[in-house]
Parts: sequence; C-alpha cells; structure tokens
Amino acid sequence: MEKENKAKEGIKGWINPAKYGKFGIERFAWILMRITGLGLLAYFIGHIYETSSILDGPAAWESVLELTQTTEGHIFLSLVIGMCVFHTGNGIRLMLVQMGYGIGKPARPDYPYKPQSLNMKGKACIYATIGIAALAMWYGITVMFG
Amino acid sequence: MIMRESIVMKIHYGTALGAVFLVAIHIMMRMTMDFHDSLQYENVIANYEMIGYAILLELILILISVHGFNGLRVILLEMRQGQAYEKGVTYGCIAAMVVLVAYGSRTIIMTNMGMV
Amino acid sequence: MAVVHPKISEERPQTIVPSTKNVTLRIKRSNPEVSSEERFDELIVPVEKWTTVLDALLDAKSHLDHSIGIRYSCRQASCGSCGMKINGRPALACFTKISELDSNIITVEPMDNFPVVRDLAVNFSRLINNHKKIMPYVIREDSEIVPGTGVKEILQTPEDVEKYIQFSSCIKCGLCNSACPTMAMDTSFVGPQALAQAYRYIADTRDKGKKNRLQIIDESHGIWRCHAAGSCSQVCPKGVDPAMGIQMLRSYLLGIRD
Repeated sequence: MEKENKAKEGIKGWINPAKYGKFGIERFAWILMRITGLGLLAYFIGHIYETSSILDGPAAWESVLELTQTTEGHIFLSLVIGMCVFHTGNGIRLMLVQMGYGIGKPARPDYPYKPQSLNMKGKACIYATIGIAALAMWYGITVMFG
Repeated sequence: MIMRESIVMKIHYGTALGAVFLVAIHIMMRMTMDFHDSLQYENVIANYEMIGYAILLELILILISVHGFNGLRVILLEMRQGQAYEKGVTYGCIAAMVVLVAYGSRTIIMTNMGMV
Repeated sequence: MAVVHPKISEERPQTIVPSTKNVTLRIKRSNPEVSSEERFDELIVPVEKWTTVLDALLDAKSHLDHSIGIRYSCRQASCGSCGMKINGRPALACFTKISELDSNIITVEPMDNFPVVRDLAVNFSRLINNHKKIMPYVIREDSEIVPGTGVKEILQTPEDVEKYIQFSSCIKCGLCNSACPTMAMDTSFVGPQALAQAYRYIADTRDKGKKNRLQIIDESHGIWRCHAAGSCSQVCPKGVDPAMGIQMLRSYLLGIRD
C-alpha cells in the first residue's frame, strides 16, 4: 500500500493544467464537474444559513440582503448560476453516457484506433453545456443588475 | 448500515433528476415578479406560508443535501483510502446531511407555521 | 532462346536530402531501491523521420549511456512492454514516432500511478492483481469438452464475436491506468483496464460468470469511481476504448441492460 501511495500521481493528476491540453474536453468536463459540485455545495450550505435569518424578523432579513444584494453578491450569484447550469447539463450528459447512450457500438478496432466513445456528439454536448452556462450567467446578470 | 454502492449511486442519480426539476420551479418563483421585489421580507414570508411551496423547499433541501454530500463523500474517498478514514468520511457526510436537513427544515416549518 | 536485356531506364540525377536531425531526449532517471533522488538526463540522438521513441532510447542506450533502464520487447505495439510518459502523455514508445511529436525535446518518464522499478521500467503488480480480481477467463460449468458427447466447440456467431472482440485487443500495457484521473489519487480503484476486461468477459456469450463479476466491481472503489473522463480511451494504442466498455458495464448495474 505504501508503494502504491508513493506511486500515485496525487493531486497533480487532478489539477495540473498541462493535463487538460493532452487529454481532451472530456477530462476538462470531469474536473469542472468536481469544482462546480463543490462550489454548489458550499453555496447551498451558505444559502440555508442565509435564509434561516427570516426567523429573526425583517431587520435580520434586510441585513442579510444588504450583504448579498451588492455588486459582488450579484457577480457571485451569477457564478453560481453558471456552475448550476454546467453541473446540471453535464450531469444529464453523464447519466446518458453511463447508461450506454451516445458511446457507439463495439466493433473490430482498426488503425488509427480512434475511440468511438469520445465522439463529436459527446464533445458537442460539453461545449453546448458550457455555452448555455455562459448564456445563463449573462441572463442572470441582466436580471440582477436590472 | 451497509448499502451496496450501486444503490447509493442510483439514489445519487435520482436525487439529481428530482432536484433539477424542483430547483427550476424554485428559481421560476423568483421571476413571478420583479427579482428585487421577490426578495422582500413580506413576499418571502408569503411564499413560505404556501403549503405547496414549503413542501417544494423541503424536498429540494433533502434531495440536494443527499446529492451534494454523497458527491463530497465520493471525492473524499478518492483522495485517501483506509478503513478508518473511509468509515469516518461516510458517517461524517451522513451526519452533515442530517444536520443540514434538520437546520433547513426548522426554517421552513417554523416560517410556514407563522412562528416568525 | 533469345536473351532479353532489361532496358536501363533513364534516371534523372536527384539530390537526396538527408532527413537526419538531432533531438534531445530528456530521460527521467531514478533508482528507488538505492535512493529517492530523481533527475533528468539530456542526451542528443540523431533521428530520421521514421525513428520511434523506442529506437531513439535504444540508440541512446547503445551509444551514450548503457545504464538506462527500459522495458521493451516486440517493437510493434503487440506486447505492451514499452509504455511510458512521452511529452506528458502515456504512450507506447515503439508506436510513437519522434516526427509525430513536433518537438526537438522529447521528455520521457515512467508511467504515472505505477511504482518505479528503475528509470523507465515500472512495477505492474497492481494492474495484474486487479486483472486477476475480475476473473479474466470464461466461466461456465461445462468448460471441459467431454469426449463422446459430440460437442467439439462452443459456437458463436460473428455478431456475438463483434460484441467483445474490441475489448479482447487489450495488451495490458497500462497506459489507460496511467492516464486515469481516479487512479491518480485512489490506490484502491480497480482501474479502467480491469473494468474493460470485466466487460469483455461479460459480453462474451460463452461466459456465465456475469453475476460474480458484477458483484466484484459493485463496491466503493469499483466501477462507480469511474466518472467518464475518457482519458483511458484517449491513450489506448489498440482501440480497446475502455471508457465504452465501462459505461456499457455500468448499464448492467443500473438495470438498463440484462
């Protein structure tokens, strides 16, 4: 086990940016899924705490709103919108892939051995999800800033 | 309590799908009027006092707590291995889930019952 | 019989441009049994447009530094021995041409996620143990052909073979395990190689061990720690596409397939 612990690449295998140029958009979607998941969990915990101030009356609620209804608060919330849309869209793509849809059918492999599962459909879905998340962020900003 | 990992992951996917649908409704409620007005104290209280909306919030709370903390458990299990650590992570995430659901439910139930 | 003299074709004189150029091989050197020191040795070797990384390494080993530790055998991407990290990406040294790399500096390192034996040679025990764990053989009660019963072979249609033949191309080179992001942190993860092989046997119509294999991989460091990052399929030199096999295997556990 100690040998394996020393052998493993460790956290560099997750966060080294050089990896993402060598392995394609699917790997980037994987790390983004983790980052957005953790970000959304942190936001969710903060949101539950923030909304609990409603129990302390209007003054407490207004003071929380003063914190969040600021320029920084709006920018933060638009990031949350982007994270939420990406995590949802990529999550749906992953669920379909993990059920066996959109990954092609097994066939006799032939040179240059291009993997069927990493096809244009999947890549297009990832790019589309990133695009829709950006659009959602833009829409959120227009709503929040009036 | 030992649950097979396939059951845990089916719960993970099920909670994800449920949460997507319900959070979409929750967000759309903010668009039934001007965004800034929808966050005013009286309007928020009025939302909580609707039993349907309170149930929606409770379901979102449970679904996202389960999905989120299970996701955190998966990430933590991949980062380090060992029997004691893995047990600690699993029970810790379950405990955090329960605490968050309890804390959020307190807000929802008390506000819905007019105890503000 | 008349003698026919071959016509001497008119050849125009040509200037042959030599394609030899020099590249720098940066080889990661280490000997964990002796010390924890790691260093990069830079060796300049001449290469042609057809020279593979393995050719360049063996040239360096023959003429410049005999002590370079390297594992290789077939030189034709059949044995899976020469897996290493080439310019940051796991690949077979014999199957990667220097000219493909578009760089005059070629950095070669041992594969990630495998304990290093020396220099570029790594220990394959974990891969082999995980492979054995999923029972990589056809399981059936009547696995012995009994004489006198009239059964000579277990028949399969071409369609039956198409379902698994892709995954049987695996040469156990370990590149997929090296590229996998889960393997980078999770020392208990079974790995894409073993999971793809589990699918290979489950998809084989001759096999009756599906339930046993699914039980083995249905655990917290089994198939569920794969998140479809696809790096395994990106680097596979034989077109096995382990990511496809793993997702198809998962569909059994999710109840989508029988």
